[in-house]
Amino acid sequence: MRYFAYKFSSFLMTFILVSVIIFFVFQMLPGNPAHIILGLDADEQQIRNLEIELGLDRPLPERYFDWVTGIFQGDMGESLRYQLPVADIIQDRLPVTLSLTVLSLLLTVVIGLPLGLYIAQKDGKWTSIVLSILTQLGISIPSFWFGFMLILLFGVVLSLFPTYGYVPWSESFFGALKSFFLPSLAIAISNIAVVIRYLRNTILDQAKMDYVRTAQCKGLSEKAIMYGHILRNGLIPILTILGLTIADTLGGSIIIENVFALPGLGNLLIQSITSRDFPLVQTMILYLSIIVVTINFIVDLLYRLVDPRIRSKG
Amino acid sequence: MKLNLATRTLTALFVFILLTACSNTDGQNHEANGSNSTNGQENNHSSAEVSGGVVRIAMSTEIDNLDPYVSAATDTMSMMDNVFDGLLDTDESGQLVPAIAEDYDISDDGLQYTFRLKDNVVFHDGSELTAEDVVYSYEKLAGLNGGEPISSQFEIIEKIETPSDFEVIIHLKERSSAFLAANIRPILPADYDNHSEKPIGAGPFKFESYVVGQELKLKRNDDYYDVDKIPFLDEVQFKIMPDPESSILAMQAGEIDIIPGISAQGLLQLGDQVKTVSGPQNMVQIMALNNSVEPLNQKEVRQAINLAVDKDMIIETVSDGDGIKLGSNFSPAMDFYYEAGLEDVYATNIAEAKKLMKAAGYEDGFELELTVPSDYQFHVDTAQVIVEQLKEIDIDVDLKLIEFSSWLENVYTDEQYEATIIGFTGKLDPYEILRRYVTDYKRNFINFEHAQYDERIDQALKATNPTEMARMYKDAQSILTEEAASVFIMDPYRTIAMTNGLEGMKMYPIQKFNLEDVHYTE
Repeated sequence: MRYFAYKFSSFLMTFILVSVIIFFVFQMLPGNPAHIILGLDADEQQIRNLEIELGLDRPLPERYFDWVTGIFQGDMGESLRYQLPVADIIQDRLPVTLSLTVLSLLLTVVIGLPLGLYIAQKDGKWTSIVLSILTQLGISIPSFWFGFMLILLFGVVLSLFPTYGYVPWSESFFGALKSFFLPSLAIAISNIAVVIRYLRNTILDQAKMDYVRTAQCKGLSEKAIMYGHILRNGLIPILTILGLTIADTLGGSIIIENVFALPGLGNLLIQSITSRDFPLVQTMILYLSIIVVTINFIVDLLYRLVDPRIRSKG
Repeated sequence: MKLNLATRTLTALFVFILLTACSNTDGQNHEANGSNSTNGQENNHSSAEVSGGVVRIAMSTEIDNLDPYVSAATDTMSMMDNVFDGLLDTDESGQLVPAIAEDYDISDDGLQYTFRLKDNVVFHDGSELTAEDVVYSYEKLAGLNGGEPISSQFEIIEKIETPSDFEVIIHLKERSSAFLAANIRPILPADYDNHSEKPIGAGPFKFESYVVGQELKLKRNDDYYDVDKIPFLDEVQFKIMPDPESSILAMQAGEIDIIPGISAQGLLQLGDQVKTVSGPQNMVQIMALNNSVEPLNQKEVRQAINLAVDKDMIIETVSDGDGIKLGSNFSPAMDFYYEAGLEDVYATNIAEAKKLMKAAGYEDGFELELTVPSDYQFHVDTAQVIVEQLKEIDIDVDLKLIEFSSWLENVYTDEQYEATIIGFTGKLDPYEILRRYVTDYKRNFINFEHAQYDERIDQALKATNPTEMARMYKDAQSILTEEAASVFIMDPYRTIAMTNGLEGMKMYPIQKFNLEDVHYTE
């Protein structure tokens, strides 16, 4: 119980800190949203009118207070550029980014875990050399490059997948799957490489532990040792990596959404920063940070589930 | 078994990466057997016009708002221009032609504009367009209905009268030859307010649907009032694609039909697959010199910089030769008002430039800070060439890149800069273009001050005779050149790429995608 109280208060502190930082940092950037909206040739009067309309003439602390209280009441304000409620805009984009994140995480787990396991068991000299080259490439090559290459191969040359855009899940399940597959894969590749590396190293480390020798002496089969003992002990670092991967995927989607012309949050974030759309940027970053904090929290809970020792320490 | 498959996939992926990494060099092979159609230059002879079909156009920026009176983004306006019509429209040379208006008169004192409307114009919802709708629209634009004015161009309206259902008389507070060009703004149906969700206009295409951040769909308006201009196409889809490389790949895959602004690099990649329409876009790219800071306040220094900057070389290296050299703040795209010959006044001459620097007391040169908006690679590239060129006369240029939003505030509004590079987009009226240099104009961020110039612009504004007006504007252009107000570099071409089999895209002195004439040939 104390654990949850502690977690909740740190959650709240993070939220307040993040909200203060993003609000004031963005206000400090040069660039007047009213002028950016109206363009190069707007005259002073027009700009002033718009500033008043957008509430940009009011003092900063007042605006911060309004924003934060608004969020607790479910009112996130209105976008300066689109002149539509922020909540509506984000709601329109959320499914895209969410689909990308979930699908690429799925790909990472489905491809990364078995592959890592397999490679760890087949640890020969050649496999490890080839593997380390491949994973190194996977980690160091940026996702947008994979994106372009996937479009080129599967979209242009083979015409198997659409080169851009997306179909909503509600319209056609396979259509949606098809349109999200390439971008998710582009994001997943580097994550898969990371997972493989970690899993292999962890398993090789664990295999040298005393408890493995004990198990072997006990006469347990290799399979039972691997899945019953090694893997269970190796799960903690893997969970950490997967947790980080989710945050990473959210970041990766910013670039990948642009490459595949997907109208998601990342795409929106870039645009709203350049147009100084304060209410939109602030709310989105707050959203993203809440997601990241929540994921960390879930990972923390999973640790306790996987390893009883953590639970007893509190 | 499953694991084996996974390893194989990964290996295949790796091989493919290696292959594609090398394949860029033999791109020409693809192009050679790509298609048997016409190549880039010879494209304007039209063959059989086919009615029907769908065209997909890649747009790089997102729609800000579908309501034409709320939207401020140029791209949005040029897409929605197909849905809305104004009293007047522009042709390819920038001349104003009647659209919803049948014809118009301007009174001798220049204060009264009478528009007679066509009597067969209907909005997309089926209602008839009458004088009442014009009054509603213009009162909204001018802020005469109690709200804030939406456009400063309309603030000059004093009152509007409607003698009949198809006649509108607009009274101006003062004389202004610049008002006429403002009449291309869309006319909206009276008392309908939901354009943000379902825009209704009287243009050649009807709004069909909009998926946020992804696609705007328009359908042909079969009841368009100008029977000769009822579009060929059934449907137009504007696809929002922020990454230029992605839109090129999509065009390669046959999923995009038109890219309105394509780079030379992109054209190379597409090869024979596409045709292009290319030409000046009425943009003026300048290296603005802040006339109120030392030593740029001296005419000799500004002239020396003009003599040292080799514009031909900039056009060649930055724009791949696709641009027209300028000599003043005006593009030949608007032929009628353009003063020819000014582009050669400062032919590159380093010796002469050095002489002027010496006369101004800067024989050893000076340091110059050049602030450039980093969002525009084109301007950044231009700046890099200029840095090298100005070394010749010992001006040590310190290149400073800032984000465009910051540029708007620091450079454009607060005038905290020495020199900058920017492009002014096309306007239909010369006054809107040349006003930037009038002494007391708020946005004269160059801080140009010249009494005679101000006088010429004022005379042009008051002129009632077009030839007289053009003469004044031409004079004004010459003054900018003589005084070396800034370095006027070029009007870079806009290049529109279309897939083979598509024809009819035209260039205008403002960004306008006129899709009425676009059609398939087979």
